[in-house]
Amino acid sequence: MTAPLADFHLAQPGTVDEAVAACAKHPGSRYVAGGTDLLVNMRRGITSPDQLVDLSGIDELTALATDAQGMTIGAGVTIAALARNILIADKYRALAQAAAAIAGPSHRTMATVGGNLCLDTRCIYYNQSEWWRSANAYCLKNRGETCHVAPQGQRCHAAFSGDLAPALLVLGAEIDIAGSQGQRRIPLSELYVEDGKAHLTLAEGELIVAVHLPAKPPASRYEKVRTRGAIDFPLAGVAVALTVKGKTIGALRIALTGTNSRPFLLDGTDAFAGKALDDKLLQAIDRLVQKQVQPMRTTLASANYRRLAAAALARRLTANLFAEASA
Amino acid sequence: MHAPGPQPKKRLLRLKLNGRWREDAVAEKQLLVDYLRDVAHLTGVKTGCDGGECGACTVLVDGEAVPSCITLAVRCEGRHVETIEGVAKQARLSALQTAFHEKLGTQCGFCTPGMIMAAEALLRRNPAPSDGEIRAALSGNLCRCTGYVKIIESVKAAAGQLT
Repeated sequence: MTAPLADFHLAQPGTVDEAVAACAKHPGSRYVAGGTDLLVNMRRGITSPDQLVDLSGIDELTALATDAQGMTIGAGVTIAALARNILIADKYRALAQAAAAIAGPSHRTMATVGGNLCLDTRCIYYNQSEWWRSANAYCLKNRGETCHVAPQGQRCHAAFSGDLAPALLVLGAEIDIAGSQGQRRIPLSELYVEDGKAHLTLAEGELIVAVHLPAKPPASRYEKVRTRGAIDFPLAGVAVALTVKGKTIGALRIALTGTNSRPFLLDGTDAFAGKALDDKLLQAIDRLVQKQVQPMRTTLASANYRRLAAAALARRLTANLFAEASA
Repeated sequence: MHAPGPQPKKRLLRLKLNGRWREDAVAEKQLLVDYLRDVAHLTGVKTGCDGGECGACTVLVDGEAVPSCITLAVRCEGRHVETIEGVAKQARLSALQTAFHEKLGTQCGFCTPGMIMAAEALLRRNPAPSDGEIRAALSGNLCRCTGYVKIIESVKAAAGQLT
């Protein structure tokens, strides 16, 4: 039930500066990289920009390099390139695992790092055809006035479902953003806010240029639960990064995706530093996750299942990482 | 008053299609699947879900399997696009086509072109894939008739002919 695309102009700049200028010239333009998220939403009539600014011809966005400061990953690097990079698999394991778990193989050759970080939020009342949405009086995220999954709420509860973000959050990533005011660098966590309708802090016309990872990352893992083994977005996705000090935890970071309107670092894990990993601590992690996630029901899974699954993944990944690091 | 937006237009698209270069005037909004079916009349490319979820529209672009329903045709400028129609050579079915035929990897046939193109991309880069690698390569393709056992057997049979 998808319609033909509405008319638009495709600008194909060769540099980041040209892309920013092309976007500034026509307010309401959208950047497109792989197009695996945006074009689907355009086909559903959710958005119909007058102009798409194609980032796929910009060489400076596809850099993937390491130096003493760490690793720099261009926003235009494809998910497939990320998933098969040996250095990333070795040093930034959670990132490689997250990349390999994104969508299906054909999407991964097109989709990019920047696109996955800027993925639109998703909801059963949003990712539907125009026909379907209009029959339901639309929703708060798109043309409507009520959030149908949480009618009492004041905001849109659509979920962020990108897999790379939690992995990059636990690894301590920063991102470079380009816009008409020049470039700026922020911690990745500052890219997101808890609002399904406007979850990105990017100003109009800004785009992510690159991701920076530290040179000495902690050991990390990522895992997600989904209904279908490929293509599906996560019902819950969890990344964990851990350092071990003797027989206790040095530092523990846990980040989640798929459950809230933004990917986020779990609050309260700092308190676990210096403690041994026992059942009591795993239960404490479980409680933290269950308290901070806010999953909504999907067509096939209840909110409670998603909450429990997120907590179970966090416990399992933490326990496994600790066992490996202590071995 | 709202400033007039940029004008959408057609442009000349030059690409190699199943081994032959061709040029067409194509709207910038035209999707690759519609270009292939409606302009080049290659209707072996199927439109299934229309949203990149089922793999029926899978074609090769420079040897990589891509969902043509979420690819803009003009982004294939100068590239080599291959569809199921280009797989047979001199009226002889390819190893994959023969295997799908003989091993009953096809039922209603709707998903088959996408399955074969995804498998073709796999066998070109990995002529002797394991079961797991075949399953992973076809994980973006849905068959609604039956299961995947015969399809995977077909790919394995084709790989046997290739090595």
